[in-house]
Amino acid sequence: MMREKILTFIEKNSRIDTKELAIILGVDEITVVNELAAMEKEHIICGYHTMIDWDKTTIEKVTALIEVRVTPQRGQGFDAIAERIYNYSEVTSVYLISGSYDLMVILEGKTLKECSQFVSDKLSTLDTVLSTATYFILKKYKDHGTVMVEKSKDERMKITP
Amino acid sequence: MRNPLAQKVVEIKPSGIRKFFDIVSEMEDAISLGVGEPDFDTPWNVRDEGIYALEKGKTFYTSNSGLKELKEEISLYLNRRFHLQYQYQEEVFITVGGSEAIDLALRAMLEPGDEVLIPQPSYVAYEPCTVLAGGTPVFINLQEKNQFRLTKQELLDKVTDKTKILILPFPNNPTGAIMTRQDLEAIAEVVREKDLYVISDEIYAELSYGEEDHVSIASLPGMKERTILINGFSKAYAMTGWRLGYACGPKLIIEQMLKIHQYAIMCAPTNSQYAAVEALKNCDSDVERMREVYNGRRRYLMHRFKEMGLDCFEPFGAFYVFPSIKKFGMTSEEFANRLLQEQKVAVVPGTAFGECGEGFVRISYAYSLENLKTALERVEQFLLHIKPTE
Repeated sequence: MMREKILTFIEKNSRIDTKELAIILGVDEITVVNELAAMEKEHIICGYHTMIDWDKTTIEKVTALIEVRVTPQRGQGFDAIAERIYNYSEVTSVYLISGSYDLMVILEGKTLKECSQFVSDKLSTLDTVLSTATYFILKKYKDHGTVMVEKSKDERMKITP
Repeated sequence: MRNPLAQKVVEIKPSGIRKFFDIVSEMEDAISLGVGEPDFDTPWNVRDEGIYALEKGKTFYTSNSGLKELKEEISLYLNRRFHLQYQYQEEVFITVGGSEAIDLALRAMLEPGDEVLIPQPSYVAYEPCTVLAGGTPVFINLQEKNQFRLTKQELLDKVTDKTKILILPFPNNPTGAIMTRQDLEAIAEVVREKDLYVISDEIYAELSYGEEDHVSIASLPGMKERTILINGFSKAYAMTGWRLGYACGPKLIIEQMLKIHQYAIMCAPTNSQYAAVEALKNCDSDVERMREVYNGRRRYLMHRFKEMGLDCFEPFGAFYVFPSIKKFGMTSEEFANRLLQEQKVAVVPGTAFGECGEGFVRISYAYSLENLKTALERVEQFLLHIKPTE
C-alpha cells in the first residue's frame, strides 16, 4: 500500500523531497527513502522526467504518431521487431496495440522532413514492416495527465464560512 | 412610514466573517487560508452530465422532492458508505444545499420556546436558523481538551425540559473534529433517554481521516427515527456552486419539511440534480483521491505547526485545522487582523464560529501544497515576530 501511495504522489510531483513526502504520507523518511531505492532497483520507477512544453522554447520539435503493421516473427512475436524500432534514439515510445495495426510508434524529430525521412528510410524498409501511416501532432493540449494550457485562477471568494 | 422590518430579523447579527471578507477582498496580494469550499474542480464527468442535461432540454421543474433517480442513488450510496437504510420514496428528498435542509428541519420541528442545543464552535447558520424558526438556541461550548468532541456530560449539563433538538455538526467546521462510534453511542444514549431529536449535519462525512470510516448517528440503534440526516454534494464532490444537498429521516418529519420546501423553493436546480446522479454513480474513486490529497495536506500542516510552535490538536475531519493562539496574548480577531496586515495571510478568527472560538483561528487546507507552503512561511515569520507572552 505504501508503495502505491508513494508512486501516486511522485507520478505527478517527482521533485518533492523525501522528508516532505514522508510527512504527507505520515511515515518515517527512512521508509520513503528505502522504498524509493527498492523500486528504482526493481525497475518499478524507471526514471524521473520533466514535462516540458517545447512550443514555448526556441527549440523546434515535431512529434509524429506512426501506425505500423508488421509480420510477427516465429518464436519472437512482435518483440524483435519492436526492439529494432525502439533502439532508434529519435523514437520516444513504442506500444504493441490491439486493433487494425500492430505497433504505435511515437517519433520526435526537429523537422517534418526529418520525421518523414525516418519513416521512409528506416521504418518502411524493415523486412517485417508491411505498412505505415504517419500522423503529425499539431498541438498538445494535454500530455501525461497534465494540461498544457495556462492554469485557471482561483475563482473562489477569499473568505467563506 | 411604518417600519418595514421584522424585529426578529433585524436582531440577527450579520456573520462575523463578513467584515473580514471585506478587508481581504481589497488586498490584492493576500494569500487566503479562509475558504470553506474545496479547491478541486467538480469531476469532469459530473460537469459533462450537467451540460448534457441542458442540451437534452432538462430545463423544467423536477418533482418537489427531487428526481426519483437521484433519491434512489442517494439511498444506495448511504447504504454503501454508512450502512444506513432509507426508503428513497418517503425518507429522502433533495434540497438547495445542506443549508436549506438545516433551515427546513428546524422550521418543521420547532414550537416557540423549544430549545435547540448547538455545540460550538460550529457553522454559522445554526443559531440564526433556530431563532428564525422560533426556537431558543442553547450553546454547548466544546473543549479543546476533548478534541472539540461533544461529550455525554456536556450534553447532560445543558438538557432541560424544553430541549427538543440537538444539532450534531461532525466532522466539524471549523475545528475539524470528528466523533467516533464510541463517542456517538454515548450521545445517542442521552438522546434516547431524554427524548430528543438530532439534526446531524454530515456534509463533511466523506472527509474523515481517522482509522474508522465516518459513522452516522442515524445508524445507531433506535436513532434513525430520531435523526434528520443532512448531507450534500458540495464538499465530497467539490460541487459548492451547484447548490445541492439532501435530507433523510423519518417520514413523519420529512413530509413536513417537504411541505415548506414545496412552497418556498419548489425544487432543487434540475440540471444539478442530473449531474449529481453521475457523481453518486461514478465518482467514488474521485472522492477517495481528493480525500487522500486533503489528508496529506493535513499531515503537512500539523507538522509545520509543530515546527513553528503553534499549538493545535490533531483534527481528523473536514479540511480545517483550528490552532490555539492563546499563548500570544491576543484575541483571535487581533491575531487574524495583524497576520493579514503584517504578512498578508488571511485566516478566520475562531470567534466567527461562536464565542468559545476565542483563542483559536480557523485555517483551511483547501489549497494546493505550494500555496500552503508559502502561506505557512509567512505565518512562521509572523509568529517569530510576535513571540509568546509567557
